[in-house]
Amino acid sequence: MTTTPIDHRVEIAEAVATITLARPQAYNALTADLLDSLLATFRALERDAAVRAIVLTGEGKGFCAGQALDDARTIPPDRAPDLGTTLERRYGPLVEKILTIEKPVIAAVNGVAAGAGMGLACACDFRIVAETASFTTAFVKIGLVPDSGLSFTLPRLVGYGKALELCMLSEKIDAVRANALGLCTKLVAADRCLVEARALASALARGPQSLGLVKRELVRNGIGDVRAALAYEKELQSVAGDTPDFLEGLDAFRAKRAPDFRGA
Amino acid sequence: MSDAPILIERPADGVALVRLNRPKVFNALSNALIAELAAAIEGFDTDGATRAVVLTGDERAFAAGADIGEFASTGPRLDEWDRIWNAGVPLIAAVRGLALGGGLELAMSCDLLVVAEDARLGQPEINLGVMPGAGGTQRLTRAVGKTIATEMVLLGRELSGREAEAHGLANRCVPAERVLPVALQLAKSLARQAPHAVRVAKRTIAKAFEQSLHASLLDERRAFMTLLTTEDAREGVRAFLDKRKPAWQGR
Repeated sequence: MTTTPIDHRVEIAEAVATITLARPQAYNALTADLLDSLLATFRALERDAAVRAIVLTGEGKGFCAGQALDDARTIPPDRAPDLGTTLERRYGPLVEKILTIEKPVIAAVNGVAAGAGMGLACACDFRIVAETASFTTAFVKIGLVPDSGLSFTLPRLVGYGKALELCMLSEKIDAVRANALGLCTKLVAADRCLVEARALASALARGPQSLGLVKRELVRNGIGDVRAALAYEKELQSVAGDTPDFLEGLDAFRAKRAPDFRGA
Repeated sequence: MSDAPILIERPADGVALVRLNRPKVFNALSNALIAELAAAIEGFDTDGATRAVVLTGDERAFAAGADIGEFASTGPRLDEWDRIWNAGVPLIAAVRGLALGGGLELAMSCDLLVVAEDARLGQPEINLGVMPGAGGTQRLTRAVGKTIATEMVLLGRELSGREAEAHGLANRCVPAERVLPVALQLAKSLARQAPHAVRVAKRTIAKAFEQSLHASLLDERRAFMTLLTTEDAREGVRAFLDKRKPAWQGR
């Protein structure tokens, strides 16, 4: 690695790289610094021929709580945030990289995966999910639309109807229900999550070169135009991010009260 | 609300925004509107400060075509359109809702088109027993090809914004709410380019459709060699080598 990772760790052992998001006090919520650095990490791992599989996990109780709403670089306290630019520069390139890197990426979902955290988990090729973990789309809770690829990956993982339900209702989906919905590669005991994810990664790392081509093939033939989907998320998030409802959602979140959406 | 047929704003340095303002008639292009628009564009073209012009309508319509009442009485005055087509300053059409007949011809008179997904673009003149008269048969055919243009002009087929993008008629198709912001972004990007080079390049692109490939390639070479001698060209090369952003002088 050429630069020191910010707010995450990278360990490489026996052809498997483990990326651990490391803002445990914030359930590994994503700041602009972390996102920039995480993208650099994925790019470096893509170039590193010695790395043949990647595990993504979170430190502490959470997998990833999504966008850090207190990150001043993304959501300045004194003016309206430019969500479109954030998606274009950070989430879009990161999610596209995870979906197109020709090495298997395994999410070890050790705890809550919310909003863009769920987006990252769903962008991974496999999800090893702890029994104590949970998923929630979260975006509509603050008046936004799903981004970080979730509008693209989720319908492909659980079907259109369930995806729409998860995105509109934004309920907390516990691990058992997530498994029933098809979100999980495997449901495991909490203390086995990282071990099982690494075991899967090791097995894949011993696989043939064609695994990378399988991923390229399925992305192209099985799931469609990733880049166009991310661009469309960016446009719609720019619309949603410009509404009074979003500002109300943000304000309510900060004040820890229920939002009073006006439908505008 | 003003009664003026067009409204002019200055949303950013070097960027002019012109709103067609006849909302009750879906921004139908009266002779007075076209004359005012042509005069405004000529003004931007020569004021030395405007680097890009965004042309838009409202949510329901960019422009729904000629003013049919006026069309029936005094007839359209098409010579005013030449003044719009002669502009050296780049024009961007931001299209929501209807861009029909003269409305689509006006949008196609621009250098870049941003359209809403649910925009409706068409040349329905045939339904009135006439045909396009301000570039509709020519610019449309060059943009989408003879196959689609024939359906549109002879059968009145409309394209959605998405189709317009797919067929090469529009540069960007975005959700309706994003049309103006995206058009303004493009305008700001144009405003940051070397102004003289943008104008020469715009004119040279137009030649691709006006003369033979051979003649156009010679014109391109001449324009390129001339631009190489400008201060902006020297600045652009220097800035590239110094890994910094160029500071254009417009010379």
